[in-house]
Amino acid sequence: MALVKVLVVEDSPTMRQLIYFSLKPIRGLQIIEACDGLEGLRKLNQEDFHIALIDINMPLMDGLKLIRMIKENPIKRDIPVVIISTEGGEDARDKAMALGVNAYITKPIQAGNVFRTVKEILNL
Amino acid sequence: MESQKGTGRLESKNSDSKKELFSKGKEFLEIYNKVSSFTEELLHQNELLKKRIEELRAEEKKSREETLGPDDLEIQKKIEKLKEERNFLLEQYRQKEKETQDFMGRYHEIEMENNNLANLYVASYQLHSTLDIQEVLDIVIEIIINLIGAQAFGILLFHEKQNIFRPVKAEGIELSALPSIGMGEGIIGNVAESGEVYYREQAPDVEEIDVSHPMVCVPMKIKDHLIGVIVVYKLLQQKERLTKVDYELFTLLAGHAATAIFSARLYTDSIRKRKTIKGFLDLVTS
Repeated sequence: MALVKVLVVEDSPTMRQLIYFSLKPIRGLQIIEACDGLEGLRKLNQEDFHIALIDINMPLMDGLKLIRMIKENPIKRDIPVVIISTEGGEDARDKAMALGVNAYITKPIQAGNVFRTVKEILNL
Repeated sequence: MESQKGTGRLESKNSDSKKELFSKGKEFLEIYNKVSSFTEELLHQNELLKKRIEELRAEEKKSREETLGPDDLEIQKKIEKLKEERNFLLEQYRQKEKETQDFMGRYHEIEMENNNLANLYVASYQLHSTLDIQEVLDIVIEIIINLIGAQAFGILLFHEKQNIFRPVKAEGIELSALPSIGMGEGIIGNVAESGEVYYREQAPDVEEIDVSHPMVCVPMKIKDHLIGVIVVYKLLQQKERLTKVDYELFTLLAGHAATAIFSARLYTDSIRKRKTIKGFLDLVTS
């Protein structure tokens, strides 16, 4: 099975670990972590990813700005993006979906939900 | 004379009515006999018809058997067998469907359990990953936001000498808005005193937070040694109410947070003491 690279951009180490646990059962997955939008962007430019899980509220560069930059980049724009955020309002969701994200998951997350969403998007 | 004549008339009248009655009785008897013989005739006819129907049925069956060849009979047998098989399979299908539903239910339960275990593992792992008191408090904050889904809450630590709880961290609410609370004072003080967790399943509909009326208040303690309390006022918009898992998570979090805070405090104290002793020794030896 080919290696599937997942980028997790999240400032909370607790959440990063929880996302890691959620995706661990998927075989052939490599999870690369970034603790803010800027680091996420740097890692995105360094290697190719199959999917990115991004938080909205982060220091240095927020998730929405990072997603905008991904979508404006012709090489990276096709990377599926999943937002994981504490923002549960319709406005925040609509704003994110308008940027072309594939899924919007609100916190507190359910490991099974993250697992299913990623599997579905990647057709695993 | 007159009376004799009258008696004679009366007698003849009686005899007339008797005759009339007799003739009516005779008529009735005749009719009865006729009806009886007619009924018997009908019964007889009925029996004959029944026999005839049976004969015809037997004839029909015979002619059907004669019409169907041996192949047709075989086909009919096969049809019957297939019908039986179909019924059997339908029954099996129903059973399997029920089993699948049971499995789905169990799968859902296991998934929930797995999710809880992952949450608990991550919470305890993170809490014990540092000995820095500020980092421990930040991790407690993170866990309450990300794993429980609280929006406004605070952490109050117990100061034994003053017998008071002082707010040290707050999220979604100004730290200065949280008051210091004495042991046994209000809901928070009572929780601290009794050691019992306080829960309200749903947050009040009012927008403004009443700091004296939390939604959840959990004491952080190591056995009977009280460290502080976690006070939650509001949940995230998407989190409508607390679930059973949240209660478990809160209890575990309170226990682990207490240990982590206590260890971090001890560590900080020991570092400070070591520095003091080292300074003293340096002073003595120099």
